[in-house]
Amino acid sequence: MGWVSRRRVLPALPALTLAVLLVPLGAGLIGTLGPAFGWMPGLAGAQPGLDAFRALLAWPGLPRAVTLSLSTGLAATALSLAIVALVTAAWGGTRVFAALRRLLSPLLSVPHAAAAFGLAFLIAPSGWLMRLASAWATGLERPPDVLIVQDPLGLTLIAGLVVKEVPFLLLMTIAALGQADATRAQTVAQTLGYGRTTGWLKAVFPRVYAQIRLPVYVVLAFSMTVVDVAIILGPNTPPTLSVQILRWMTDPDLSLRLQAAAGAVLQLALVLAALALWRLVEIATARLGRAWVLRGARARLGEPALRGLSVLPAGAAAATVLLGIAILALWSVAGLWSFPKALPDQLSLRSWMRHGPELAEIAARTVTIAGLATLASLILALGCLEAEHRDGLTLRRTGLWLLYLPLLIPQVAFLPGVQTAMLLLGLDGGLFAVTAAHVIFVFPYVFLSLGDPFRAWDTRYATIACTLGARANRVLWRVRLPMLLAPVLTASAVGVAVSVGQYLPTLLVGGGRVPTLTTEAVALASGGDRRAIGVFALAQTAAALVPFALALILPRLLYRNRRGLLHD
Amino acid sequence: MTDALRLEDLRVSLRNETLFALDLEVMPGHVTSIMGPSGTGKSTLLAAIIGTLRPPFEMSGRVCLGQTDLTPLPPEARGIGILYQDDLLFPHLSVAENLAFGLSPRLRGRAARRAAVDAALARIDMAGFGDRDPATLSGGQKLRVSLMRALLSEPRALLLDEPFSSLDVALRQLMRALVFDQARDRGLPVLMVTHDPEDAEAAGGPVVTLGG
Repeated sequence: MGWVSRRRVLPALPALTLAVLLVPLGAGLIGTLGPAFGWMPGLAGAQPGLDAFRALLAWPGLPRAVTLSLSTGLAATALSLAIVALVTAAWGGTRVFAALRRLLSPLLSVPHAAAAFGLAFLIAPSGWLMRLASAWATGLERPPDVLIVQDPLGLTLIAGLVVKEVPFLLLMTIAALGQADATRAQTVAQTLGYGRTTGWLKAVFPRVYAQIRLPVYVVLAFSMTVVDVAIILGPNTPPTLSVQILRWMTDPDLSLRLQAAAGAVLQLALVLAALALWRLVEIATARLGRAWVLRGARARLGEPALRGLSVLPAGAAAATVLLGIAILALWSVAGLWSFPKALPDQLSLRSWMRHGPELAEIAARTVTIAGLATLASLILALGCLEAEHRDGLTLRRTGLWLLYLPLLIPQVAFLPGVQTAMLLLGLDGGLFAVTAAHVIFVFPYVFLSLGDPFRAWDTRYATIACTLGARANRVLWRVRLPMLLAPVLTASAVGVAVSVGQYLPTLLVGGGRVPTLTTEAVALASGGDRRAIGVFALAQTAAALVPFALALILPRLLYRNRRGLLHD
Repeated sequence: MTDALRLEDLRVSLRNETLFALDLEVMPGHVTSIMGPSGTGKSTLLAAIIGTLRPPFEMSGRVCLGQTDLTPLPPEARGIGILYQDDLLFPHLSVAENLAFGLSPRLRGRAARRAAVDAALARIDMAGFGDRDPATLSGGQKLRVSLMRALLSEPRALLLDEPFSSLDVALRQLMRALVFDQARDRGLPVLMVTHDPEDAEAAGGPVVTLGG
């Protein structure tokens, strides 16, 4: 009966889920390590040894590429964390904070590539801000000849990462605040004479940081190794290490794959070293922080200035993303738009018509992949959470780390290996393979987004339903899922947004033959056709944003007469 | 037609330490009250009887209805209803849908089920409330609906987990009378967990004190 069969399937789901995540990860790492040390069956001229590393070291761009990876990653992470900590300390619980919080979902759902294009369109020498300034300040007739986007120090790349990582870390911080009993701790600190910011940093931040440590590590690993944002905003000669690895991976000369694999191993080592460094700084900061707390300094004088300063970068990050999308939209419908003008001379739908048929096909493929990957992730996540609820099978600390593994191990370190492994096994990188690869990255976000609301659900509802004669499956379908419809839809929107934004898995696992909105948009980066970029980046944003709107509207519509489900 | 609820040497332990041991019989139509300060395992006892006790808790002994041993059965097959302090009406369902969720599946046909739900609403003086959102009901109305939802599933015993403590004093007496009368009419054995001596007094049955 149902009782018996679900007992067999459901308890196996957590293990199955870990396999879905970790088998490709392991295969990918092996598939990267092998070629890096010269082992690649089927490639003539490959022989075991350190030749690949020698070739890598001989690449003149290596020192700069390595430095860039470290500097952009560490700077973007430290800046994002500082902005989030300060704005939460100074503004948590206020109306300003509530406004920032409401912006979070749309900000998070904007794909990295679209946000990067938006930033580029804003701050480039011929970008919108310069046009605005030309009108009244600089009086320039032609764009100034300076390198802002793709600057050699990677400053624009850092900015592009910060505007997207701030919303992510802010979301994680808000989730952690509830568990850290933040409001009361801050109140207690204030009654002891500490200003709100100082009090928060001393009394709440240590507990919050313990909760968001893993997400911070994810941000660090991601920022060091991101490919699509680095192609759009990062320097070119040489590019960051991960971009160079991708160039070697996609070179027609297959022998460069060995060099790419060696680069991937180096990239992984760099990330591990950076994480270790970060951990050391954590320990040192904790020690300094303890001394700071012990001194008992109230430092109320700096408070107003700190409050003012802290809201600027957070607001600027939000404004950059939103304004960037607006400028992308403007370019997609711009006719002639000569330089110093802040608005196009005319508007036209020509760009949309020109790319329409191609766009429709690519958008349909993107949405199909995102839908399937999200559905699979949702089934696995719900299965894991239901197994946890019914049988007490929980992912404890180790499990959580395993869950974060696909987000911590840089994509560029194991996806080349996945491609190599697929090549060796004779697997074709079609739509299905790309979808499966997306699940690896979609699932963790879906699971993390579902976890809290599912565990917060009052299990007495399940007990009541059982005593009314309902079996476990009926409880799930008729009580639990309908009550948790809003979080399920939000998690689905998160999943779709994550999948839509995937660049490297789509490109490498699909072997370049499964174009999506993201790969097409990024491919346009070098061409400089702003109208085409506007069209594709806007379509990419819409594909990620529309599900969020639906997730917000649908529960309100379906449960408009159910007050008990609406007030959260 | 109804049987006594018997706890035979029921012992619940946490990490090899016994929380409580009980051996008692609740006769049909009677109310036995379990009293005790918080933390003595009153809710754990109810979980053991319903069949939702989870590790690290362990139990030994048997829960029986008449001659039937319920211990090996899952919660949904035990035929024991429960009322909590909170109404726990399903917030996504209307009042009528909540009642229909409880209504035994043996009653077939849309019209017959609808009629049974309407009759149940009339019995608690809430005729015409079927399409209401449970969140819009008063505390007393919510309790009445959740009582009726439990009774419609035709339980063979009823557990009460401090069901009156969230009501104000005036309403409390009315609701006690309603719940105890309904249970007595159906000849259900009732086990009530409470920390309010007035509850136990109103119930009029034996009082068992846990812990302390």
